[in-house]
Amino acid sequence: MNVGLYVWQRATAALMVPLVLVHVVVIFYATRKGMTAADILARTRGSIVWASFYGAFVVAVAIHAAIGVRNVLTEWSPLEDRSAGVLAAVFGLLLLALGARAVAAVVLP
Amino acid sequence: MSDIRSELTVSLWRGAQQGRYETYKVPWRENQTVLDVVTFVQRHLDPTLSYRFACRVGMCGSCAMTVNGAPRWTCRTHVSSVAKGGRLEIGPLENLPVIKDLAADMRPFFDKWQQAKGAFVPSRTRNDEIERIRPDSAARIAADAAIECINCGICYAACDTVRWNSDYLGPAALNRAWTLVNDVRDGANTERLQAVGASGGCHACHSHQSCQEFCPQRLNPTASIAGLKRRTMWAYLKGEI
Repeated sequence: MNVGLYVWQRATAALMVPLVLVHVVVIFYATRKGMTAADILARTRGSIVWASFYGAFVVAVAIHAAIGVRNVLTEWSPLEDRSAGVLAAVFGLLLLALGARAVAAVVLP
Repeated sequence: MSDIRSELTVSLWRGAQQGRYETYKVPWRENQTVLDVVTFVQRHLDPTLSYRFACRVGMCGSCAMTVNGAPRWTCRTHVSSVAKGGRLEIGPLENLPVIKDLAADMRPFFDKWQQAKGAFVPSRTRNDEIERIRPDSAARIAADAAIECINCGICYAACDTVRWNSDYLGPAALNRAWTLVNDVRDGANTERLQAVGASGGCHACHSHQSCQEFCPQRLNPTASIAGLKRRTMWAYLKGEI
């Protein structure tokens, strides 16, 4: 890992700390209030706030996890740095696509 | 001799990268160091045994070996503190190629000192006035805390990251870089921060702290590496590297 990847991984980790906390609080709130899927979608659809919140979450996860996977591959597999970087980038893009799809499903009107 | 209480059973690595442990019986004595044991074998039992030492007083850093599974400076390690049940297993330092028997090839270790820009680069000439260094300045205190490295390679042999990642510069080279980063007289810190901020540099460290655990000088290379992580991060964010 070089200094650039280090900064991106730490920065995304720092961003995710409050995002995870809010996400957990939202889960508890929704379940304890007994909200249905329709109730939740009524609040999230068309909401720029929830789109921004979970959009930022997905982007942070994709970057953070991809860098971590790259480190694991370079240390624990015979792959060269470049190959590990390509595989990790593919993994990150997959996370980004799956996450973006999930966010779109709940925020698009 | 009256000070001989019993015998030690000593297994020594014989061969190069491929080899085997051979067992010798060595008299147990009061205040015997591991280096004394190895020397006894070479002088009295097998003169073909190869090992490395010089000062015998913990200054030169040349006699480090793996003793009962842990890297140690053998000249300052008493047998009584490490021998389990009167048994010693002594091998060459790990994470380095073996030249022969107990002598590891230190070239990769010192090559990485060069890669980490471990050489002082003066920023003044002999015609300039000598720079005054305040001993109580923060930079000098940080450098002083890390400066007493004797280049023994024990931290390098103890490091898990070195074991996994052959490109990793290792604790000693990075610790050396940290002392120079804190030396206001040095004129090559941009290049040094680039070198230690590249792949295989300080950010590869997992902070397992084995270097600190085994350093015979009780230095803390993990703290030096953490300092380099911070310093390179700010230099990167400012666009200096």
